[in-house]
Amino acid sequence: MSEAAVETGLGQRTRRGMAVWAGAVFAFLYVPIIVLVIFSFNASSQVNIWGGFSVSWYGEALRNDAITSAIRVSLIVAAASTAVSVVIGTALALALHRHRFRGRRALDGTVYLPIVIPDITMAVMLLVFFAEAFKLIDSFGPRYTLGITTVTLSHVAFNISFVCVVVRARLDQFDRTLEEAARDLYATAWQTFRRVTLPLIMPGIAAGGLLALTLSLDDLVISAFVSGPGSTTLPVYVFGSIRRGVTPELNAISTLMLAASMTIVLAALAVQRRRASSSQQAQIL
Amino acid sequence: MPRSPEARGGEEAAARAGRRQGMLLAAPAAVYLLIFFVVPLGLITVYSFATRTVTGRTSLSDWNIDAYRSVGDEIVVGIIWRSGWLATLTTALCLVIGYPFAYYIATRPRSLRAILLVLVMIPFWTNGLVRVYAIRFLLGSNGPASTLSESLGFGAFRILFTPTAVTIGMVYTFLTFMVLPLYVALERMDWRLAEAARDLYANGAKAFWKVTLPLTRSGIVAGCVLVFVPSFGSYVVPDILGGAKTLLVGSYIAQQFSDARNRPLGAALSVLLIVAMLIAVALNQRSGSGAENSDDAGSDRPRRRRRGADTDADSSSGSEAETRTEPAPAGL
Amino acid sequence: MTASTQTLVRRQSPRRRRLVVLAAAVAALAMLAAACGEDEDASAASDCEPGVGDGDLVFYNWVDYMDEDLLTKFTAETGINVQYTTYESNEEMLEKVEEEAAIYDLVVPSDYMLATMRFDDLLLELNYDAIPNAANIGDEFQNPPFDPEHKYHVAFQWGTTGIGMTYDVLEELGGESTWAVIFDPEVAALAPGGISMLDDAPETVSAALKYLGYSIADVFSGEYEDSEGAIREAGDLLRATNARLVKYDSATYGDDLVNGEVDVSHGWSGGFALSIDNADAYDTHVYTIPKEGAVRWVDTMAIPHNANNVCSAHAMINFLTDAQNGAQLTNWTFYGSPNAAATPFVDAEILGDPGIYPPPEVTERLELIPQAGERQVLIQDQHSRAKS
Repeated sequence: MSEAAVETGLGQRTRRGMAVWAGAVFAFLYVPIIVLVIFSFNASSQVNIWGGFSVSWYGEALRNDAITSAIRVSLIVAAASTAVSVVIGTALALALHRHRFRGRRALDGTVYLPIVIPDITMAVMLLVFFAEAFKLIDSFGPRYTLGITTVTLSHVAFNISFVCVVVRARLDQFDRTLEEAARDLYATAWQTFRRVTLPLIMPGIAAGGLLALTLSLDDLVISAFVSGPGSTTLPVYVFGSIRRGVTPELNAISTLMLAASMTIVLAALAVQRRRASSSQQAQIL
Repeated sequence: MPRSPEARGGEEAAARAGRRQGMLLAAPAAVYLLIFFVVPLGLITVYSFATRTVTGRTSLSDWNIDAYRSVGDEIVVGIIWRSGWLATLTTALCLVIGYPFAYYIATRPRSLRAILLVLVMIPFWTNGLVRVYAIRFLLGSNGPASTLSESLGFGAFRILFTPTAVTIGMVYTFLTFMVLPLYVALERMDWRLAEAARDLYANGAKAFWKVTLPLTRSGIVAGCVLVFVPSFGSYVVPDILGGAKTLLVGSYIAQQFSDARNRPLGAALSVLLIVAMLIAVALNQRSGSGAENSDDAGSDRPRRRRRGADTDADSSSGSEAETRTEPAPAGL
Repeated sequence: MTASTQTLVRRQSPRRRRLVVLAAAVAALAMLAAACGEDEDASAASDCEPGVGDGDLVFYNWVDYMDEDLLTKFTAETGINVQYTTYESNEEMLEKVEEEAAIYDLVVPSDYMLATMRFDDLLLELNYDAIPNAANIGDEFQNPPFDPEHKYHVAFQWGTTGIGMTYDVLEELGGESTWAVIFDPEVAALAPGGISMLDDAPETVSAALKYLGYSIADVFSGEYEDSEGAIREAGDLLRATNARLVKYDSATYGDDLVNGEVDVSHGWSGGFALSIDNADAYDTHVYTIPKEGAVRWVDTMAIPHNANNVCSAHAMINFLTDAQNGAQLTNWTFYGSPNAAATPFVDAEILGDPGIYPPPEVTERLELIPQAGERQVLIQDQHSRAKS
């Protein structure tokens, strides 16, 4: 492929019109975010009047106990649910991709359901489930209540599926002759997995992990239903605050959340780079 | 590899061992999904047949289909109708806005294309709640947009809490869901066909309708499903931008489990919504898989079956799109 | 799948592998079992001492209804930490308490909701020995109809539900507030800037009933012969009104009014007073009680039947019923204080605000929302229908 634009056979005017259109769409996508970021540095407490540059609202936000607690809960839930779902999801992807076993088809179908069904249905399902489970457990003595654990368990429930799907996509591109070559060199199954398979699917696992992290940090609807007092996640807190109106403090937290999202995008892009180079390495091997 | 005399027996044992190993690997996920997905799914189905007492409590006895009957209620039908209409409008707008946009990006030189694609990916990955908040901030009656229009002499405008605001928010949230599959389809297209069509029809518009559009059909279908499914069950956008006045199915279900206190109805609607989404995805899968072979379908899944969330992002769409910009790997 | 699995076969016996599967299953179950909180049974309220807690207090209160400084002070005084969360309607709180998935130690139901929860056995009888400050509560709040024997609650705050509007609109109305500004299309046209209503079923239905000339007490309690018909009529009116509204909101109605998002807003007395005070909008905006009459309410502190930290809840009730603290609460929320001992400490401008402490001739037009019994679902549905 050359470095030239693709020859589409469109007329000059159409092409120019399309360039303008694309510019307008990018503006539509970015202007609201940029305006929000700019106004988060507004010194004025009136959100609509520019009162000079200041980072004071960031300090204000981070001194708010409710916000720091929500950030802490979000980070704990995201880290725990990502770790658990990466392990379970990767194992499932391997099982579904290369083994035939009883119940495989049922499992294969079920694993996509949490991805397909709307958030709100997943949320009410889990809420009803926890309520009933607690009642059941309660009759044996111990008492449980909605909290950080139920949020984490719920996040794992949808993240397994996403990790599994991403890792499986990677496995589909996997060259199995490499494993055979390793075995011909008398590597044990474990050695083959550890030295050949795992490094090759690592970009997929990393991508799955980043996706799980993003989904967990972003989830609002499910967290809102399965969190209890003291386990409010950041999106749940922000959603509650947005309903109460626009504040400079909220602009600051939103900008911090944007920054977190951007960091993950960059990490994902880095993983993609690595992925390209690791397949080259594989070819050299 | 030379076979030993007992190769046959060995193969059988190996197959058995493979099955065991597979089950071992799948067991944690299977158990987890059973407890935290299948059982809840069953419970919600059970709830949908439960009774709502005169005080609004849910009684798990006296099974009946009242909840499903009240789905036929004029109010509920109205909500479903409105959700469907808004989802259709959102999908149509995303398609109309997104197609020329994706077309433009897909026809740029490779290096520029990669940059533009990243620019599309960033909002795709960005926290959806924050993006909706950005719109809320911008459109508020004393927000920057209104202040600007006032200072330019057009007067302040009131758009927040109207259906227009909800539509803008929906398109803003879901546009990238449409653009990415369209981009993938356009990028993979063989442009020589479009050129040939131009020679044949001698008319750009006709060539587009007869050749380019049909060739990118799989991308259009995938994009439409990706936008329609989550916008139908959307909860956050109407709540923040619609002032809790434009009730959609998602918010309606949430309400039934909160202050409206009608769990059986909420459960019944959830069950119906799940069934409807499964049908939509199955139809998409069928119409989409025609163009691709079965091996490819596996790797396509993450892109198609996106989660119905207002918020969040999906790396796999990105990685798929990115993969496709490179020369296709041998296995594909 | 040949060589690699063969090695595995040689290395592991089938039984061992089955054990591993079992272990995985057990591990997954253990995760469920680890689901937070291991608490002893709710202790009997009788052994609570004043000001002595038995664990972190989970306090579930209305939004914008607490001076956070009071919570800090409470923790400093008693050593009890507070997990504070909020709700926006009685029904939302009822659903949560009923569901029992999240456990709360202290809730703040309004009058009729206290009665509902009492009938449904969702509340714990209070131990007034642990709440010596309960004596501070004024006589008129001692034996209310929703808890005649005064066993389950201590009054928290009281207020009214009326209409906040701009003085411009009030002038257009001839200086007298009326529900017609919301429900009559011609009168509503005098408020072109938009109208909002509370997102709260009993409140919207009550407002419509008042406009239609009914007594809320008679209709809700079923004393009126065609209560259901009246409630449906109110529902139809609400539906017809829906298109005229900018939004339903129980949290930002006051700010929306002073910020100009709406010109007319259905809401609670103190919410408006707070927003008008914050924005210093005394010259432009005012809270009014319509001439047709309106709702008066009393919010109460009560302890759910399944509370974990009953003594902490008692300690908080006692703390908030203290004269100084009760006044601090009212000075922050701008709602009336039922605390007679607190009155001397309440800001003079609040005591003198007719929107917060209405004069006797206005009070005559106010009524409490009674417990609606089997009509509550019907009322709820009218509101849901109107919104959709």
